[in-house]
Amino acid sequence: MSLIDISGNLLFVAFVAYLVATLLIGGSIKSAKPDGAAGRATKWGQLAIIVTIIGFLAHLGYFITRWIYSGQVPVSNMFEFTTAFGMFLIGAFIYMYFMYRVTALGLVALPIALIIIGWAAMFPREVTPLVPSLQSHWLTIHVITAAIGQSILAISAVAGLIYLLKVIDAKKKGKERFWLEAVLYFLVIIVGNIAASVAFNAVGYEDRYSYINKDEIELQIIYNHPPIFGMNESTAITEGAMEPLIEMPAFIHAQKLNIVVWSLLVGTILYVLIRLIARKRIIELLNPLVQKVNLQLFDEIGYRSVLIGFPIFSLGALVFAMIWAQEAWGRFWGWDPKEVWALITWLFYAAYLHLRLSKGWEGKKSAWLALIGFGIIIFNLVVVNLVIAGLHSYA
Amino acid sequence: MEKIVCACGHENPLGTKICSNCGRPLTEEGKSQKVLDMKYDGSAIRSKTHNKSFVDKVWNFFSSVKVGVALIIILLVVASIGTIFPQEFFVAAGTEAGKALYYETNYGSLGTLYYNLGLSDLYSTWWFQVLVGMLGVSIIVASIDRGIPLHKSLTKQRVKRHESFMRRQRIIAEGAVTEGDPSKTLYSVEEKLKKMNYKVRHDGSALLAEKGRFSRYGPYINHVGLIIFLLGVMLHQLPGMHVDESMWIRDGETRAIPGMDGYFLESKKFILETHDNDPTTAQIQQGVAVIAKNYQTDVVLYKQSDDALPGETNNLEVVKEYSIRVNHPLEHDGYSLYQMDYRLNELKEMTFSLTNKETGTVLGNITIDLRNPKSEYVIDENTKVELMEYYPDYTGFNDEGKPQTATPNPNNPAFIFNMITPEKPKGEISFVAIQQTVEGSGASENTYKMAFTGVDTINMSGLTIRMDKTIPLLIVGGFIFLLGLAIGSYWNHRRVWIEQLADGQIRLAAHTNKNWFGIKKEIDALTEYAHLPQYVDQLVDEKEKEKKDE
Ligand code: HEM
Repeated sequence: MSLIDISGNLLFVAFVAYLVATLLIGGSIKSAKPDGAAGRATKWGQLAIIVTIIGFLAHLGYFITRWIYSGQVPVSNMFEFTTAFGMFLIGAFIYMYFMYRVTALGLVALPIALIIIGWAAMFPREVTPLVPSLQSHWLTIHVITAAIGQSILAISAVAGLIYLLKVIDAKKKGKERFWLEAVLYFLVIIVGNIAASVAFNAVGYEDRYSYINKDEIELQIIYNHPPIFGMNESTAITEGAMEPLIEMPAFIHAQKLNIVVWSLLVGTILYVLIRLIARKRIIELLNPLVQKVNLQLFDEIGYRSVLIGFPIFSLGALVFAMIWAQEAWGRFWGWDPKEVWALITWLFYAAYLHLRLSKGWEGKKSAWLALIGFGIIIFNLVVVNLVIAGLHSYA
Repeated sequence: MEKIVCACGHENPLGTKICSNCGRPLTEEGKSQKVLDMKYDGSAIRSKTHNKSFVDKVWNFFSSVKVGVALIIILLVVASIGTIFPQEFFVAAGTEAGKALYYETNYGSLGTLYYNLGLSDLYSTWWFQVLVGMLGVSIIVASIDRGIPLHKSLTKQRVKRHESFMRRQRIIAEGAVTEGDPSKTLYSVEEKLKKMNYKVRHDGSALLAEKGRFSRYGPYINHVGLIIFLLGVMLHQLPGMHVDESMWIRDGETRAIPGMDGYFLESKKFILETHDNDPTTAQIQQGVAVIAKNYQTDVVLYKQSDDALPGETNNLEVVKEYSIRVNHPLEHDGYSLYQMDYRLNELKEMTFSLTNKETGTVLGNITIDLRNPKSEYVIDENTKVELMEYYPDYTGFNDEGKPQTATPNPNNPAFIFNMITPEKPKGEISFVAIQQTVEGSGASENTYKMAFTGVDTINMSGLTIRMDKTIPLLIVGGFIFLLGLAIGSYWNHRRVWIEQLADGQIRLAAHTNKNWFGIKKEIDALTEYAHLPQYVDQLVDEKEKEKKDE
């Protein structure tokens, strides 16, 4: 087995471990009934943490073996960066666990990490050779520090989500219930994205088309999802390929749109299925799991993780980024979309911290802000990388 | 100025919420609160005490955290709008019309709107800069407004506090010692607190233990760093603070470096290397054949000797040899030269023969350097070719029927020659473009023509020259910012007040500016060690009660 295969297997082990740990934590909370089973619950919880740590070590093993194999830090394409982000997120969870000894954090942190890793695996996994501007130690330091900062900031959203799941009454109609359910619906959509990709990949679906881009140049494109939306003036190259249902104008990247629509479709079906089977909203389904949570403590964990993450994020995403940009292009700042979105993230968390200075912005409001902050981080990872083109764009 | 006199007799400035001497709440609001608002320890801040004059109003506006947060949010939203479509500096068009066309063709009417509203160059608009400036003012004003009273209240704390203060702290314990001799309690409390790195002060049977006070200055330090950084960014725009030039240099050429007086650069060679990997999925999807591995220009940097005349090139001293690569600029004397661009096989020279159209006799050849054309090329006494006009990047005729050039780069050169020959001493005009040989009016009657015989190409490297005197300021500002951020975030200010009452009972109160979990763990340890009465967290209990009431 070559090093890259070992690396891939370690990542798989990590994934399975996180999955098992999620179930264990769910179990530990479920069994914490007032019938004196508290001791058993903490045992399950501890086991979950041990399994998580094993998963994390395997994940770290993936990272290091891949690094050795390719000779470059594995954070230079979508697959690598996103997988690493998942790893740092688990690391941040473990760190916070040892600080506060609350397993309930894992109830949200682990599934989110699972979704992130699953989503990462949808991207091409081979090692990408580095273009000259990416061959810099400062870049490595910048990307890793920024990702660690982001993952600690993300823990505040984890704590926030748990906080909201407990305080928001799933039986009372209102804006809060709607939006909280919307957040969970969004997570199901990402699962839908993964499910659709896995399914079409399993049946080996692949069609090639040629199309005319907005500069009137003819190019080719591969579809791994059946084309609901076709590229501008697309014609099938593969024999017997499906005709797109709707053809899009040149300024829309129809292949990406197609994936988004498939994700929405599959995700919504999944969501409807959950609702039909459980006969409940997802928040109502999760609500019993968080009943034992100490709200005051989770509010504090949310705040604390922003406090810990913000300086690291500032260092990595702004300071190191500026040093690298100065070295590569002779200007520490160039208003590139990725740079701007790092600045936006930073400003947002600065606003979070200042809002907390006045009493009213603790608890629920603060938890909502943490969720929005995570939304910005994800936007930066997904939309800015894949849709808004720039120097950092991977696609 | 008016004063508020506390029950203990101490005079506090107007606006004070908690007596700085004994800690009694001074406002009705404070007296009705279960837990005191301990921000700035209740001391008066300027913006809360002055609001009469215009200056006061401006001051109060900028010192408000609400306004500060609003500014941050506005900036954030505005900045995000600038990423919807590419900014103008990423667009390759040179002219206003070209830019307008770019936004229209790529993004339709929305693009045109974006361009017309000025959003396509948002970050350099005056109003964006004003927003950043207001943020800066807000940081300065708010920091002065709160920093000074905070500093005062932190440095003159009394040990002994009134029970109305103690009882209104979030963490409070009252009662008898649970075990052992109460007369030893204060002693063991102090011993334990010192072990936990608290600084302990006494006042009779009361003590105040404190640690991490310096962390309260963290936000102010980081704000100072931010201001220094912003100052650097502003200075950058003053003339003479920075150099930002670019140059094209061909293999083998020696040129003066723009913006770097007295220095010359010789390019030995531009090198492009590519990876020899198998194409990756992403490459296939995007139709990218090869991935670049290295862009490099091997150069020699020269300096003119001190007594040389400006522009003189025969008296050059070698400063250093270097290979400029991406991420590895050539650095010298505060200047840096970056590898930014390249052109392979660029047209360098074109050779024409002055040919008699009928007989085919060639009077001579001329070779034109396309970057530095001469105005005339002499073949012999009676024969020469004048270069009347030169269009390096010829794109056809404009509305007035004149030839035009798109860029100064010799991508598609066109020439207007005046051919002076023994037969035609007055000269014959000829228009020559390589792709279209358009003959000007009357050209068909010409006796001679300029026949294209060959072209020479060469590689070119595009370099940028940069110098920025504000960088040190930015480094200092950034460093102070990070330092302050770490101080304010990774340490916290914890205080424990303990008093043994006359009957031996203990009263304990504790406060921290953040991380209650941490201080509670310490007080748990203290309680166990010194057998103190169990404390309550008034906020948690309050929440629990609310829950039950619902
Ligand atoms: C983007 C710009 C800014 C950054 C990065 C920043 C950063 C910070 C940080 C990290 C803290 C500590 C927060 C905490 O520990 O919870 C803080 C506190 C504070 N900031 Fe800012 N700040 C910025 C702008 C402003 C502005 C515009 C104001 C004006 C109102 C302001 C006023 C304050 C105040 C009053 C405090 C509390 C100080 C204390 O606790 O004694 N800041 N700032």
